Amino acid sequence: MQSSQVSQVSQVVPSDPSVDLDQVKSIIQEYQAMPGAMLPVLHAIQDALGYVPASVVPLIADQLNLSRAEVHGVISFYHHFRQQPAGSHIVQLCRAEACQAVGAEALATHAKAALGCDFHGTSSDGQFTLEPVYCLGQCACGPNMQIDDDLYARVSNDKFNKLVRAKRGAQ
Amino acid sequence: MSTAGITVYVPRDSTALALGANEVAAAIVAEAGKRGQEITVVRNGSRGMFWLEPLVEVVTAAGRIGYGPVEPDDVAGLFDAGFLAGGQHRLALGLVEEIPYLKKQERLTFARVGITDPLSLEDYLAHEGYAGLRRALTLSSAEVVQEVLESGLRGRGGAAFPTGIKWKTVLGAQSAQKYIVCNADEGDSGTFSDRMVMEDDPFMLIEGMTIAALAVGATRGYIYVRSEYPHAIVALNQAIVTANSQNYLGENILGSSHSFHLEVRKGAGAYICGEETALLESLEGKRGVVRAKPPLPAIEGLFGKPTVINNVISLASVPIILARGAAFYKNYGMGRSLGTLPMQLAGNIKYGGLVEKAFGVTLREMLLDFGGGTASGKPIRAVQVGGPLGPYLPESLFDTKLDYEAFAAVGGMLGHGGIVVFDDSVDMARQARYAMEFCAVESCGKCTPCRIGSTRGVEVIDKIAAGQVHEIHLLRDLCDTMINGSLCAMGSMTPLPVLSALDHFPEDFASSAADKAA
Repeated sequence: MQSSQVSQVSQVVPSDPSVDLDQVKSIIQEYQAMPGAMLPVLHAIQDALGYVPASVVPLIADQLNLSRAEVHGVISFYHHFRQQPAGSHIVQLCRAEACQAVGAEALATHAKAALGCDFHGTSSDGQFTLEPVYCLGQCACGPNMQIDDDLYARVSNDKFNKLVRAKRGAQ
Repeated sequence: MSTAGITVYVPRDSTALALGANEVAAAIVAEAGKRGQEITVVRNGSRGMFWLEPLVEVVTAAGRIGYGPVEPDDVAGLFDAGFLAGGQHRLALGLVEEIPYLKKQERLTFARVGITDPLSLEDYLAHEGYAGLRRALTLSSAEVVQEVLESGLRGRGGAAFPTGIKWKTVLGAQSAQKYIVCNADEGDSGTFSDRMVMEDDPFMLIEGMTIAALAVGATRGYIYVRSEYPHAIVALNQAIVTANSQNYLGENILGSSHSFHLEVRKGAGAYICGEETALLESLEGKRGVVRAKPPLPAIEGLFGKPTVINNVISLASVPIILARGAAFYKNYGMGRSLGTLPMQLAGNIKYGGLVEKAFGVTLREMLLDFGGGTASGKPIRAVQVGGPLGPYLPESLFDTKLDYEAFAAVGGMLGHGGIVVFDDSVDMARQARYAMEFCAVESCGKCTPCRIGSTRGVEVIDKIAAGQVHEIHLLRDLCDTMINGSLCAMGSMTPLPVLSALDHFPEDFASSAADKAA
């Protein structure tokens, strides 16, 4: 019963046939003994796959002895977890007050125009996903942004362009 | 620390990294190699003077000489100027500890930050590290709790509840399992002191938590770190491995009968998880939804067990309290706000950074004497103290003393000590709208005033901006509902920035309406 459910759900995610459910299963097994294993499991899945596909929800529910609704509820509650694949690079722009005070809104307008997408969107070439973030903790040197794992402070429009160009070039 | 040649410090703090510290360190190593100079580069924490980052320090006979802000292109010139011997250069700052910004501070919690290699236990021990735990091991649990109680330490996360009372409640609770949880979900914009402790002096937090564990009889602890702080997570994990290997954590700590196991857990980008009960839900693997209190976490906390849950700075203040005694600590501060508060100058500020002072300095001293006014050179128009839930304060309130009660008396709150500065280009109606928008994005959704009220708040402010000035009374009414009807601080304090904008800067609401009408 359980396995047929899994395959059914997998089939309704045609955009992502590459999800290796065995890999996901072994990730879950690695963490499931931890007290409160849910977040560590979801982080590990997202780190491995880039997002948390809908097809893994029944697996997590089964392994952690929860309902699928509970698992989906957790995934959708936290901004960090994405339910769709992202672009090759994730650009996080801080929108919080300290960065606002030094021009974060103008930078956000520039970034949206430069990448041709809104927040939570991906540039048409699939290279960059633009995400808002509410504070990167570098508040004395805003506006701040992060591309993948790298932090950047005092980001001007020019600096933004250079960084994005460098990431494109590095492809 | 075994060092060869001259020691050069280049910070590893993430703000320094965001300003290119890794590139500077690499350039220094390469240039030294090219010139056949023997040096040892140590990656220290940041001194918290962020306008000078990357701040490179060289150890000389006279002391540590600073150069900053250094860019990779400056490195060859620094070598030409003989910076390894403290030579003159346009970026030279002299002895770092003599820089007035640093010299005027009273650094108790941040005493080591920027000086030591954060991941070196040896360095930590050489700078009074673990003196607090060693003393605690000679005391009974009740005596440790008493020491913290007498120090007057209040929760530095924002709520300012006496830490010793929390601990006493957990000590008195009967349970086979108790927990110590560190709230490291530092989500307030304009704050970074928790981040600096975790990245730049992680053993201090570990020591504070270990002392808390001894004090209440807990054997397991978690540090819940927000996902936006990857560098802090790496530093903490490395420090925990080291502490375990040297018996500062684990079974029978330092040969005593006490055991304490510590683990880092990563948040997932939810501001509300900084609220302690939402954080506990999240640690348990659930949505970060606020719990109704009572029961208090001290009685029924993580997994239903008695739990001490404290902010990073609260726990990081404990080692020095134990090492030097409650009397030493409470000698700082004023009234019922005792000890020091690491304040963070942020936003549009010339000299942004970390300033640890005893309670009692005025906001104006912080903004002008330390901060040097705005970075843009324009007048300061508004200051938000205490994060996104703190009110906006006008110039007329800048003489308020940084003290929990003095701030409360003017309708403000110190919160976690973040001070965000705005110059005269700020549109306060937009800031009010943002406060509501942020609440709508980050509300956990459990209570209606917060979940629905924030969305209605955005709509009403939009109407006011579109010229419907009569809607202001509706906005005030809505704020009243949120203040009095919300379950936690998220909903009940979001109105503070909104109302303060209305009260202190009414012209921005009228003018945006007038602009639209024109």
